Amino acid sequence: MLVAVVTLVGRYPSPGFMSPTLLVRDPLALRLVLDLRLPRILAAVLLGAGLGVAGIVLQTLFGNPLVEPGLIGVSQGSAFGAALVLVAFAPPLWVVQWVSALTGGLGLLVSYRIARRFRFGGWILRLVLSGIAVSALFSAGVGIVKFVADPLSQLPTITFWLLGSLAATSWSRLAQVAPVVLLAVAYAWSRRWRLNLLALEDRVSFSLGASPGRERLALLVAATAATASLVSISGIVGWVGLLVPHAARRLVGADTTHALPVSALLGAVFVLASDTVARTIIVGEIPLGIVTSLIGASGFILLLVRNQVRVVR
Amino acid sequence: MSLELRRIVAGYPAHGSREARHEVLHEVDFDASPGSITAVLGPNGVGKTTLLNVALGWITPWAGTVNVEGRDLRTLTGAERGRLLSLVPQTDHVAFEYSILEYVLLGRAPYVGSMQSPSAGDVEIARAALEQVGMGAMAGRGILETSAGERQLVLLARALAQEPRTLLLDEPSAHLDLANKRRLVGLLQAQADTGRSIVLTVHEPEFAAALATTVVLLREGTVLAAGPPEEVLTGALLSRLYGISISVHRSDGRALFAW
Repeated sequence: MLVAVVTLVGRYPSPGFMSPTLLVRDPLALRLVLDLRLPRILAAVLLGAGLGVAGIVLQTLFGNPLVEPGLIGVSQGSAFGAALVLVAFAPPLWVVQWVSALTGGLGLLVSYRIARRFRFGGWILRLVLSGIAVSALFSAGVGIVKFVADPLSQLPTITFWLLGSLAATSWSRLAQVAPVVLLAVAYAWSRRWRLNLLALEDRVSFSLGASPGRERLALLVAATAATASLVSISGIVGWVGLLVPHAARRLVGADTTHALPVSALLGAVFVLASDTVARTIIVGEIPLGIVTSLIGASGFILLLVRNQVRVVR
Repeated sequence: MSLELRRIVAGYPAHGSREARHEVLHEVDFDASPGSITAVLGPNGVGKTTLLNVALGWITPWAGTVNVEGRDLRTLTGAERGRLLSLVPQTDHVAFEYSILEYVLLGRAPYVGSMQSPSAGDVEIARAALEQVGMGAMAGRGILETSAGERQLVLLARALAQEPRTLLLDEPSAHLDLANKRRLVGLLQAQADTGRSIVLTVHEPEFAAALATTVVLLREGTVLAAGPPEEVLTGALLSRLYGISISVHRSDGRALFAW
């Protein structure tokens, strides 16, 4: 499967209108491709695959096809942490990264703890509700940070980052997040059949010999770690985690043995294509998050209208 | 004994308060031997499902012990537990469109390593389980398309695919039509004949009388009576159990219950 993923991704030509012969003759073009484009392309693949896997893991764990990292406080938590340190300290990038990963995890933890305290509705509804509330809190926090930010130097950085972009990708940034993301994806990948069990009601998966609480937590941590690290290099890139798993299930069925790899593949293709559009279509650059939201949301509406998304409960 | 519950006290934390608790079962003893079919009857909310949950290990009793095949339930690993006990719940919420076969295959989980997928042999067993419940032809259909009765048969097939020593069923007859009820009786009797022990909760005394080797009447968290169906399913005991007048009539060797 991995090989299939790699070959398919490899089929993508490095986009743009540069002929391969130019690469050989023009050292500047070579530098440009090697230092700017290549890490960015790899980052897009990593981002798409990571968000696709995190999306399907979260949807399956919560037995809810409408869950994505943005819905349970992870993305907003990461965004708040990153914006806060950006304004307060103007720190090096790796600090931003770790803080955003931590606050992303914090977002999930808070959502989870609040959901545990609710005396209302089923577990899935409680988690989604508390996730929305926590996301809104963090969004408000981001708003405050934006308000106090220096409108000339800091605000544009924050805004651009919130819209999602891979423009600032470099080899060193990629190297910092790749191990975390790859590890998390590998963990989910290795347990992709067992993941199915956790979509069942807790008592039922327990009766099948699983420890739903512990196994769910481990996968949650993996999905959160991947998402938070990815958000730290790309900002918030929405809709990938929601749309891609839906498309994957449509293609190969609900069994996560197949749906998870396909989700990774589709996510990688989707983000790579979106990012290519984002940086080639106009002279400046459209933030990646806008492109994915545009394509993702319209795709999702299309799926809904054509009645191919089943939402039970 | 396949299943031994001794002096079980169990319940749930009371709503809205940390200290108070709501005790459902008061010192209940319960046994199931290999080859037996035990039907648990009682009014709604009396603790039938709680009893199943304790036997499964899902609820840890406040006092008392649960032994499965002579071993303390708490000392078993998840996979060991899954190979000894299986559960057929009343319903199972499924969020995604699994095929019926994929769903039944989940019953093989206790035999599949955590980093592996089911083998061809596991698929064979799952298919055979589907054949047993008469749903073999529907293996490829989506689970969300099934009716309530079909879903219950699929749940049973998943539990059979687990190849357990003890089968716990929570009101398995609730959504079944008469033909499928008869099929279920035959199926459970065949399972008992292979040496499995069957424990089920039921609301219809007829159903209990049709297949049980032992009937347990549960009332207000204690055992009102337990024994062979002909001794326990009497007008006097059933009237006490439900608090209404119930009479038993015999015809062609079968018990009919008028209420």
